[in-house]
Amino acid sequence: MTVTTETRALRTQGARVKPSRDGGIRESAISRAVAMAVMIVATLYFLTPLWWLFVASTKTRQEFTTTNPLWFSDFALFDNIAALIQYRDGVFLQWLANSALYAGVGAALATLIAAMAGYAIAKYSFRGRETFFNVILGGVLVPATALALPLFLLFSQAGATNTIWAVLLPSLVSAFGVYLSRIYAAASVPDEIIEAARIDGAGEVRTFFTVATRLMAPALVTIFLFQFVAIWNNFFLPLIMLRDEGLFPVTLGLYVWNTQVSQIPDIRALVVIGSLLSIIPLIVTFLALQRFWQSGLANGGLK
Amino acid sequence: MAVDNAVRSSRAVRHRGALAVFLVPFAVLFTLFYLVPILYAVYQSLLTVEREGTFGPAVQVFGGLTQYIQVFQNEPFWASIGRVLLFGVVQVPIMLGLALILALLLDSPLVRGTKFFRLAFFAPYAVPAVIAAIMWGFLYSPNLSPFTAVTSNVDLLSAETVLWSIANVVTWVYVGYNMLIIYSALLSIPQEIYEAARLDGAGQFRIAWAIKIPLVVPALVLTGIFSIIGTLQLLAEPQVFQSFSSAVTSTFTPNLTIYSTASIPNISLAAAMSVVLALATFILSFTVLKLTQRRATS
Repeated sequence: MTVTTETRALRTQGARVKPSRDGGIRESAISRAVAMAVMIVATLYFLTPLWWLFVASTKTRQEFTTTNPLWFSDFALFDNIAALIQYRDGVFLQWLANSALYAGVGAALATLIAAMAGYAIAKYSFRGRETFFNVILGGVLVPATALALPLFLLFSQAGATNTIWAVLLPSLVSAFGVYLSRIYAAASVPDEIIEAARIDGAGEVRTFFTVATRLMAPALVTIFLFQFVAIWNNFFLPLIMLRDEGLFPVTLGLYVWNTQVSQIPDIRALVVIGSLLSIIPLIVTFLALQRFWQSGLANGGLK
Repeated sequence: MAVDNAVRSSRAVRHRGALAVFLVPFAVLFTLFYLVPILYAVYQSLLTVEREGTFGPAVQVFGGLTQYIQVFQNEPFWASIGRVLLFGVVQVPIMLGLALILALLLDSPLVRGTKFFRLAFFAPYAVPAVIAAIMWGFLYSPNLSPFTAVTSNVDLLSAETVLWSIANVVTWVYVGYNMLIIYSALLSIPQEIYEAARLDGAGQFRIAWAIKIPLVVPALVLTGIFSIIGTLQLLAEPQVFQSFSSAVTSTFTPNLTIYSTASIPNISLAAAMSVVLALATFILSFTVLKLTQRRATS
């Protein structure tokens, strides 16, 4: 069964041998039934809202309030998507593209920058190394929302609020990424390999890009993914930085629409279908990369 | 850190150029977008606005701790801190308890189909807080909700209940994420540890209680600290809920208070509130860390 081999592969990274799952004493049928019941109730709790959102997205405006909220009536999903895309000259697509830009470019650069710093801290000794690392660790405890207001004040001094940079530049810092990279590099990039690359005449920077990044791949994917989610979900920073609707990420745009529902009731259907479309990219990314981030979390995240 | 195995220090001098390439980008960005904003907030919080006469031009002057005195006298701000602390005392244990139970079940031989359950529980983490709040806001609204049995009897958006309705949104989003962190810690426990317990005839429940839970305490502390930080910083969910419930005021949580103070605009007072909130967050998470460490060593 693929399910058990997958878990076993994960397990054996930490443990040498794994005895059969059914080994030892046999568990009673009652405990199995109770355990499965808990899992099924939990699954319903986590998936019902998403199911509701999907079903609601397929309904026409009239059916939205008059038919069973958890089951389909006429399947109008594509009409709804078309209405969403046409609304106000496709501003929703602009928001999706903005989110993809902020989160994609921001997370990619943040991962690279954090990986270089973490690798250097793990593999070279230099004066002030521990102090540097501890200051960064302190940064992990400073929540992004606490920085949003002072960042706004600074950017307004520079006349740079309401620009792409106001959202993108602060997203390039991942203190957690440096922490994870350091631990992962220390554990998975042997000094001998760096030495061998030196003997072959490769420069330090080239060694990092050609050898170390490959060995650190699971950690890098983990950092990328969590930074991607953090930027995609970020709300406070764009809320106070941006006034121009054309620069909004999708979360801010949908928030603004949702505040208008009481004046423009028709917009509610757009909020529903827009919400569905805005979470699909994240779910797809997580599913596509799950092999990487799960092992990245298991190996490096928790030591 | 003990795992580190740095190349000897004589090398560092030789590789100074490479070190600069590795470290300078992060150092510059971290300084510009972490350290400078923090210092600037502190600086801004020490200013106060003065006018010559009632209608004179406003001038910012050094005001010492004037703003901090204002913060300590600001009742809505402290009420909002009290509200999120109450929220945290109830919501964080429930969320982490659920995460722990689900992680233990996933790790036990009692459950089949772990891969499916893992993904199902984690899926809400991919939903942005704003979207999750909008979605649950619809689900709580009596005319839209599929749960009419509940919503026709209890007003989930009233002043008494809305805090807990928001708690449910936060729980829904983060249980799976916390579960995954705890589950990863469980997976790294060597299987041999369970052998002796099995030979003694211990059941799954006893193994979980006596062996697994003590070994995942560090993961619980980590998730606990991040949850405390998140609770004190609550913003997106209550901000969205303002559209669904008039009970969510503009000073419902500390960050909402800061946001509405800044948009008055009373920047210096908002900056002082940010500093107080950041300090409170830091002290609280540091205390939790120290308390749990002491318990672990004694």
